Amino acid sequence: MPTPAMPALAMPGARRPHGANLSLAERAYRIRRHALRMGEVQGQGYIAQALGVADMLAVSYFHALNYRPDEPEWEGRDRFLLSIGHYAIALYAALIEAGILPEGEIETYGADDSRMPMSGMAAYTPGMEITGGSLGHGLGIAVGFALGLKRKRNPAFVYNLLSDGELDEGSTWEAAMAAASHRLGNLIAIVDVNLMQADGVSVEVSNFEPLEPKWAAFGWHVSRVDGNDIPALVAAFDAARALAEPRPRVIICDTKMAKGVPFLEARERNHFLRVEADEWAKAIDILDAARDAALARGDA
Amino acid sequence: MTHAPGFTPSGLSTRESKSTPRTVRRGPNGERLMTSAMIASIAAPGQRTAPAPFGQALVELAKTNDKIVGLTADLSKYTDLHVFAKAHPDRFYQMGMAEAVLMSAAAGLAREGFTPFATTYAVFASRRAYDFICMAIAEEALDVKIVCALPGLTTGYGPSHQATEDVAIFRGLPNMTIIDPCDAHEIAQAVPAIAAHKGPVYMRLLRGNVPLMLDEYGYRFELGKAKMIRDGRDVLVISTGLMTMRALEAAEALRRDNVDVAVLHVPTIKPLDTQTILREAGIGGRLVVVAENHTIVGGLGEAVAATLLRAGVTPRFRQIALPDEFLDAGALPTLHDRYRISAAAVAAQIREWL
Repeated sequence: MPTPAMPALAMPGARRPHGANLSLAERAYRIRRHALRMGEVQGQGYIAQALGVADMLAVSYFHALNYRPDEPEWEGRDRFLLSIGHYAIALYAALIEAGILPEGEIETYGADDSRMPMSGMAAYTPGMEITGGSLGHGLGIAVGFALGLKRKRNPAFVYNLLSDGELDEGSTWEAAMAAASHRLGNLIAIVDVNLMQADGVSVEVSNFEPLEPKWAAFGWHVSRVDGNDIPALVAAFDAARALAEPRPRVIICDTKMAKGVPFLEARERNHFLRVEADEWAKAIDILDAARDAALARGDA
Repeated sequence: MTHAPGFTPSGLSTRESKSTPRTVRRGPNGERLMTSAMIASIAAPGQRTAPAPFGQALVELAKTNDKIVGLTADLSKYTDLHVFAKAHPDRFYQMGMAEAVLMSAAAGLAREGFTPFATTYAVFASRRAYDFICMAIAEEALDVKIVCALPGLTTGYGPSHQATEDVAIFRGLPNMTIIDPCDAHEIAQAVPAIAAHKGPVYMRLLRGNVPLMLDEYGYRFELGKAKMIRDGRDVLVISTGLMTMRALEAAEALRRDNVDVAVLHVPTIKPLDTQTILREAGIGGRLVVVAENHTIVGGLGEAVAATLLRAGVTPRFRQIALPDEFLDAGALPTLHDRYRISAAAVAAQIREWL
């Protein structure tokens, strides 16, 4: 059977070449844009989550993480573990921006035999360290990575991005306890608190607050920041990496779902945001206009 | 309503009502029939044994293989991993009574190039930690070796600790190799073999003072290979785990009745050595009996039955296995007789079927 034609893309390619000196805000913009383009290709995707964590991913991949784009399995790399498999659209966007995945593969997102399936899996994608999707697994696996790196005296960090919904899983807290018990100073957990999970508002589904004292009581160094404030994120990542104490660190990021596209931000909050077929191009236009306006003001 | 041999109606308790008062039950010599320690020895009185064969073998292996690490969920003493922890303390990770992080952390260590041996009880690995074993370990075909004590009916503590369905659970898991060694001799040989195998392995473990028997037969363990331990014209017993010991004892007893019993030992349940099984089961005229320390649902018996039927090999076929029930608590010898997996019960069932 012939491969079905891909839907036409409204704006193929980002408008500025991949460069080394782009600001973190520009990186975040480009990550959002890649994600929206994937959403347009597939007609769906966890776009609200992707737009929400784009700033955090920009800071991760263009400020904090050590990696080699052409050598994703480089032994010296910081490991970035995505336990929330459905956030794959966000991580693919970051991996594309980081040069680990080619931008040209955006059109394959979610297609048969793609390296970018809807849920992130280790065997499919360069730069995807683990198979996520069964929530509550990532932090425990991160504990094993961190133990292994310590054994090898490898100074790399292990990052685990988990969602607030994953805090409902008991296994997350088994891992939290084990990480502190094993004094894993090379482990940095990032919790995306977007307050929305499958059945509704996270703290109403199961109230995980107060979060800072909870993590602190489990023996972790805790910081909590606005996950869409790039300078605040930079400071939190710097502090987490610089901490001398042999304790695991958690950065709790309060993020806004669909951040950067006001008409989607305003839409009824939902775990799986509905976007109509003609709205993807509109969202990209709005994102581009906002970025151009920021550039004109000189604050991007 | 009738059932195939070994079957009892599911879900129906045969126990007396808990409102019935009891008196002390006594054995044939007037002894009180007591549940022993959590892990009762399955060795018969006077039988040769070896102490902690798994722990000893892992200590030896770790001397020449620096990738070996050990993890447990608060059960090192009960899985013989404490021997390894004592010899290689820097390579031992105590994860606490937390099977999810036990399996997840083992996966992470494997991703960093190590060969983790993760130990707990078979019930906790198969029931509680299944999703972590499935997605963190098996889906990525990682080099984690899951070694679990109390397989099948090897404790009198009741269903919370009796892993009667662990093989059925793990047989459905792609990439997973499943082995059920028979004795201390085989455990010692299996440890380096599973470490050398690329990919995840689930091993059922006998621990403590473990009987020695297969060394007398010049047996050598090979991963994936079924081996004829003794030949015989009348009956072919295809057995795994400790049931191979029972089958060999039963074969001796039956020999005195001029019944000639062959025993094919199948330590690797998945992938199954179908070639050897078909060759032996295809020899005409023998009753084929599959014996396992596991529920009759989903274990070696059904795997062999499917293998034979697919190949069009249809000997007379019987199963010796645990019933599809939650089993009783009590003394292990009592329970092995009650559920007909003792050597005497194996011999008796074969006599009934001849």
